[in-house]
Amino acid sequence: MADGSQRAPEAVTEGRAYVEFDGVFKSYDGATLVVRDLELTVREGEFLTLLGPSGSGKTTCLMMLAGFEAPSGGAIRIAGAAVEDVPPRQRDIGMVFQNYALFPHMTVGQNLAFPLEARHMDAAGTAERVARALELVRLQGYERRRPGQLSGGQQQRVAIARALVFEPNLVLMDEPLGALDRRLREEMQFEIRRIQRSLGVTVVYVTHDQQEAMAMSDRVAVFNGGRIEQVAAPEVLYEEPMRPFVASFIGDNNLLPGRVAAVDGDTCDVAVGEATIRAFPVEPHAVGDDVVLAIRPERVHLAPAAGVYSNELEVEVEDMAFLGDHLRVLTAVCGVDFVVKIPNIVGHGGVLPGETVRLGWTTLDCRALRPDDGAT
Amino acid sequence: MALAYRSRVGHTAHVVFCVAVFVFLIAPILVVVPLSFNAEPYFTFTEGMLRFDPDAYSLRWYAHVAGDENWRRALVNSFVIGGCATALATVLGTCAALGLANPAMPGRPAVMGLLISPMVTPVIISGAGMFFFYSSLGLAQTHLGLILAHAALGTPFVVITVTATLSGFDGNLTRAAASLGAGPWRSFRRVQLPLIAPGVISGALFAFATSFDEVVTVLFMGGLEQRTIPREMWAGIREEISPAILAVATMLIAFALALMGTVEWLRRRGGDPA
Repeated sequence: MADGSQRAPEAVTEGRAYVEFDGVFKSYDGATLVVRDLELTVREGEFLTLLGPSGSGKTTCLMMLAGFEAPSGGAIRIAGAAVEDVPPRQRDIGMVFQNYALFPHMTVGQNLAFPLEARHMDAAGTAERVARALELVRLQGYERRRPGQLSGGQQQRVAIARALVFEPNLVLMDEPLGALDRRLREEMQFEIRRIQRSLGVTVVYVTHDQQEAMAMSDRVAVFNGGRIEQVAAPEVLYEEPMRPFVASFIGDNNLLPGRVAAVDGDTCDVAVGEATIRAFPVEPHAVGDDVVLAIRPERVHLAPAAGVYSNELEVEVEDMAFLGDHLRVLTAVCGVDFVVKIPNIVGHGGVLPGETVRLGWTTLDCRALRPDDGAT
Repeated sequence: MALAYRSRVGHTAHVVFCVAVFVFLIAPILVVVPLSFNAEPYFTFTEGMLRFDPDAYSLRWYAHVAGDENWRRALVNSFVIGGCATALATVLGTCAALGLANPAMPGRPAVMGLLISPMVTPVIISGAGMFFFYSSLGLAQTHLGLILAHAALGTPFVVITVTATLSGFDGNLTRAAASLGAGPWRSFRRVQLPLIAPGVISGALFAFATSFDEVVTVLFMGGLEQRTIPREMWAGIREEISPAILAVATMLIAFALALMGTVEWLRRRGGDPA
């Protein structure tokens, strides 16, 4: 995942705001908020993913953008225009559904022609657009087939082609790869990204799979309990999580609850049980503040020479698992489970359960985060 | 061995029971068929018929029905009233089912109960009620009145069959249609209706059958001019006991079989609509 930093140069990081959520909230029963205080901007040509566990409000956001759900408050703007009173069919948004939602009684060609007929396009123009859309998803020659005669991956391609055939500026995808097996899913991730880049279309993508989000997105908005915890490029989310939820949801993380004992410029000392750990304060903390320390398992060094790292702890190895490319060592720091990943390279220096080893990590790899709000 | 013996006895008893059930269900219907070819004006098998004497059989009652003004009028009435009532019930019932499938609709159980009520209310009650109500509107003893009455009786069947089909309908398909730019009518016509067509068609057939064999409301509401086939048969049994009724009944059985065959054909064809 660290290779996410080698991003294609054309990845959109700047650009005109295309979709804006402005103070949007949504409640079905008037009491509990499914989405709260949503502020989000999607830039033109950007691939933005809404990532979160189920029930975190990401799909509701997508449905409000598509027009299938009405916000309980706040404003949604597309290309600068408020869309509250625009019905879904006039929003000109391509949509790919989780279960594809292809029309089973129509052929692939008829499915693709459907949005063009709704726009009263002539037969010649329709045929040309349909052929071009099928070429885009590499399904030439499938016009006469019915969805039921296609594999899951092919149906997915047809659904994408149908969402693009009328050349919308914005395409929404609701967990489109959820029903596919892992190999096909990875293949389709690249495929969708390729199509999105080649057309320069703005995509808002919903998934609960953080790897999928990392692999495809220009930026990821991490949802939790109806609000956005952080919006950033994948590598930023991984390297610089701002909240414990993000730290643990994106990749693995060791989370140690503690209390700030001293603040010294760019570092702070945090008391975790009986130990004191030097950490990087993500935001200004005062002495006595509760914080959560986040330390990536692969940034912890096993058995380093003494005095190399600003944080060094002696711990007992509880268990170890061999996972092919790396080894997972389970220890405990001040009674909290603490995992260390060691790459499987020559001289990795394996350990045995029961051994006492020294762990070391730098201050910068140990982020002191404000704890999550109670309602997570 | 004992077990095998017992299970064989049980199996035989089971078969005998099933055959008995079928005989009780079907025999009264089937017995009508040969009797309708009776050469004599009797409702029973004559000695000649039992001997399979060709002279004991004839088509005279079919000729009688074909040539009889009353029967011809009844046939036309049945199809006109049945057809119009079916069309009305199918449109209204399908609309109602679509509305009832919308979770945003308030008071769904109550409305559903109300729409289904003609099915559970004894026909004699609704028939009497309709008579007084339609009389005050001047609709009693008119074709329109009977069409409306039969549409009310047939609508619940359409509501039920279409609701059942809609329960298996993927709501994302209409969402997809909307996102692709289709208005409500295009979405219904091109996406929803083709997919719920089996429910609509079977509901329509039930509605037609309801009207086609309905006699109680016709007794209340219909005059001489509105006599349908069942009403004419009723009159035939009461006033002039003639095997012509049996000839009509045989034709109706053939018609019902043709209808069932059509449904089956449609159902098989439904797997691959043109």
